[in-house]
Amino acid sequence: MCGIAGLFLKNESLEPELGGLLAGMLGTLCDRGPDSAGFAVYGATQKGRVKLTLRVPADADVAAVEQALSDATGGKASVTVRNSHLLVALPEDSEQAVRKLLASRFPEVDVVSFGRRIEMYKDMGRPDRVAERFGLASMSGSHAIGHTRMATESAVTTSGAHPFTTGPDQCLVHNGSLSNHNLMRRRLIREGIRFETENDTEVAAGYLAWRMQSGDSLGEALEGALSDIDGFYTFVVGTEHGFGVLRDPIACKPAVMAETDDYVAFGSEFRALADLPGIEKARVWEPEPAKVYFWERPHDGR
Amino acid sequence: MTVVDLSSTSVRELNQALHDLDPQTGEKRWRVLNPRGLHAIAVGLNVPIEIEIDGHVGYYCAGMNKLATVRINGNAATGVGENMMSGEIRVAGDASQCAGATGRGGLLVIDGNASARCGISMKGIDIVVKGSVGHMSAFMGQAGTLVVLGDAGEGFGDSLFEARLYVRGTVHGLGADCIEKPMKDEHKAELRAKLDAAGIGGEVDVSEFRRYGSARQLYHFNVDNVY
Amino acid sequence: MNKPVQIPRTVPRTSETFTEYAISEIQRAAATGIYDIRGAGAKRRVPHFDDLLFLGASISRYPLEGYRERCDTDVVLGTRFAKKPIELKIPITIAGMSFGALSAQVKEALGRGASAAGTSTTTGDGGMTPEERTHSKTLVYQVLPSRYGMNPDDLRKADAIEVVVGQGAKPGGGGMLLGRKISPRVAKMRTLPEGIDQRSACRHPDWTGPDDLEIKILELREITDWEKPIYVKIGATRPYYDTALAVKAGADVIVLDGMQGGTAATQEVFIEHVGIPILAAIPRAVEALQDLGMHRTVQLIVSGGIRHGADVAKALALGADAVSIGTAAMIALGDNSPEYDEEYRKLGSRAGAYDDWHEGLDPAGISTQDEELAKRIDPVTGGRKITNFLKVLTLECQTIARACGKSHVHNLEPEDLVALTVEAAAMARVPLAGTDWIPGRGF
Repeated sequence: MCGIAGLFLKNESLEPELGGLLAGMLGTLCDRGPDSAGFAVYGATQKGRVKLTLRVPADADVAAVEQALSDATGGKASVTVRNSHLLVALPEDSEQAVRKLLASRFPEVDVVSFGRRIEMYKDMGRPDRVAERFGLASMSGSHAIGHTRMATESAVTTSGAHPFTTGPDQCLVHNGSLSNHNLMRRRLIREGIRFETENDTEVAAGYLAWRMQSGDSLGEALEGALSDIDGFYTFVVGTEHGFGVLRDPIACKPAVMAETDDYVAFGSEFRALADLPGIEKARVWEPEPAKVYFWERPHDGR
Repeated sequence: MTVVDLSSTSVRELNQALHDLDPQTGEKRWRVLNPRGLHAIAVGLNVPIEIEIDGHVGYYCAGMNKLATVRINGNAATGVGENMMSGEIRVAGDASQCAGATGRGGLLVIDGNASARCGISMKGIDIVVKGSVGHMSAFMGQAGTLVVLGDAGEGFGDSLFEARLYVRGTVHGLGADCIEKPMKDEHKAELRAKLDAAGIGGEVDVSEFRRYGSARQLYHFNVDNVY
Repeated sequence: MNKPVQIPRTVPRTSETFTEYAISEIQRAAATGIYDIRGAGAKRRVPHFDDLLFLGASISRYPLEGYRERCDTDVVLGTRFAKKPIELKIPITIAGMSFGALSAQVKEALGRGASAAGTSTTTGDGGMTPEERTHSKTLVYQVLPSRYGMNPDDLRKADAIEVVVGQGAKPGGGGMLLGRKISPRVAKMRTLPEGIDQRSACRHPDWTGPDDLEIKILELREITDWEKPIYVKIGATRPYYDTALAVKAGADVIVLDGMQGGTAATQEVFIEHVGIPILAAIPRAVEALQDLGMHRTVQLIVSGGIRHGADVAKALALGADAVSIGTAAMIALGDNSPEYDEEYRKLGSRAGAYDDWHEGLDPAGISTQDEELAKRIDPVTGGRKITNFLKVLTLECQTIARACGKSHVHNLEPEDLVALTVEAAAMARVPLAGTDWIPGRGF
């Protein structure tokens, strides 16, 4: 059980404020989710380069990781340290080699997100403090989603925090409680998907990743979720160009949207949207159950 | 007129002040500013005062209201007027889920749309929605009336008891044991009275509405009712 | 002449799978096409407090003298947030049972009896009756999915508020009251047509999930000006998570009801096959409280098969702050008494087995709305029986506590207990008697 916040900027001039606005939204949602928090920011991209967000344990030899990255990319990797996470930008064509290197030499380092634009940070603790630790307020980008967690049936751990990566530039956050995730997890493991936690949301993320790996679009994967995933859920999915929303057919868990000329916002409670600029004039509404919604900036291929 | 600004006063202080009012109080008119989606505003009111709230409110605004008249100049989140006993609540914007849930009396008017589960488990409240209501509205409605000028979502009146439902627009799907029923003169009169109470004058014709009620097939446990 | 040869036959043997009961139930189902509904809690043998024993005084531990050396029993509930916590003289309360399930006379008897003993009663799925509020010095008011009779005046009149998420007999099920018991008075209180079979929602109408429960609790506190303790009641299923979530949602007190906890009416399969024994639930709930640093700050009341003072003492030793009785209180008033055996037999049951509380034909006059039957309970005499029973529960608990060297029953601890069976040892997390072994936890 949790809080979700999402912000998609239609007005590019607001991009430098994205992090600050999201941080405010997450702060309001602390009550709904006091245990841990996470967020994904879709920021600037550089041609030919991709970004990995890595989470390193407290006792990790960061210098050794940085050195290894430098060696593997011919010095073309850039590393920014943000508290327990490293944001690594590197040439596209070295991504596979770097991921192999990390898996073999630094198995304790988790790849939290990967893609051309996405950066993802998550940790245990009160959401407002987590956001502060990672410097969310100073981040900029075109869209972001965030989550505050009240753990239901799995442990409060960092890897249990949302968002969960579902593919390149994609991530999932969830408010609710699934009821067939153990069955689903075993099925997905046989299909080759790997899991680190007992968390139900991780299963939903794995399901979407599996569907897309099998050729579905994200929209088709979400439609599939309606029949294959049982339980109560509001899902918000971040994509390279925007975000998607899906509520289960019973739709007990809340979902509030607000739209102005400048943005489309999502919050578990209106309270989280109350401080957004121009909210007094916003169109405020609620997504219908069992219907897939998307907001994306126009881009090639869609 | 007593004005309370929730950006400098807490909801707790506001509610305590309202609860401390004497039934004969002279402070009969209140205005609340900057509600900003906060929860439990003006809950448990017990005196015949008027409160106007400027902005969007959070969950359970005016919950368990008795005697007071509450006007919300914005949207209301989950459960506005839940378990209302008497008095009046008006929402100028839209209402989220469970508007008027388990309400026992009084009048709840929503100028915009209400979301899912409007009037769920209603027990005597009168609800008038000028827009549409979402799915599972009037679920297990026991008593009272729900009047909808717009449409009703799926599962309308599921497991209904004796609440009376009137819809002008389209009902997208009836719930278990909810059926359309004939509109007799007594029903038209009742509907007219509710519309008038909501301030909707003669521009709305009661003949445009259809009436829905319980088929009463679920009133006794029976093998043929199994789902 | 040859005598006819007697071929030996095997002795007739019944099946442990298709028991006499199972056969009768299958044939009843085939005849009626509807599931069996009954009252009471789980009847089959499950690991329970009987499988635990106390380690009394020895050379290493010294007992307290009775009478002169105090063994206190007071408990305070709702210290976390409420302005007016509840102070009880004994750690035993009367659990939520509805007017409707029970007669008005019984509700009055429970109120009288509990008040004289210095403890509380709890309303049920029908709301608060004037009899109960008048006669019960401390009254806990339940907020259930049905919200029958719910109103702010009763909220304000209550001493505590109990948000019911579920109960042990049917975790995930809603209230049920059959037509014969929907008398004019019950129907009016519940806003239902007389004589129908009441079906109730299984989820609350205006919140689902602990994140929204938190906001609902806030509303209830705001309506009552933060005066009254808010309890959250759960049926025992996933007690670790549920306790943690109730704490995070802002509960002052957790009420945990095991599968032996009774109900007025639900499907037989629900009672026997959903929910876990209270023995298995308590340690997990206590663990959650301890992990959050909330043990004794958020109090834990447990119920489900409490019969005597040893059960009370064992529940407290496992970490509960108090227990609640429901079925035992009904029995104290005469439910299943041998004096009604002939009448039970006319109903197809017998004394000791009667559980058709849903039918409203109770010869003991307890689980009925029938005026003539209900007269069999005199509220004043009944009240005295309840007080007597509560006194005995308390004295028995104190006797055991003194034998363990405790000057307050809350100083009973898990280390005072051992188990007779491997299952009980594993569930209660105490060692098998005579060993250091707690199955599942190593040596």
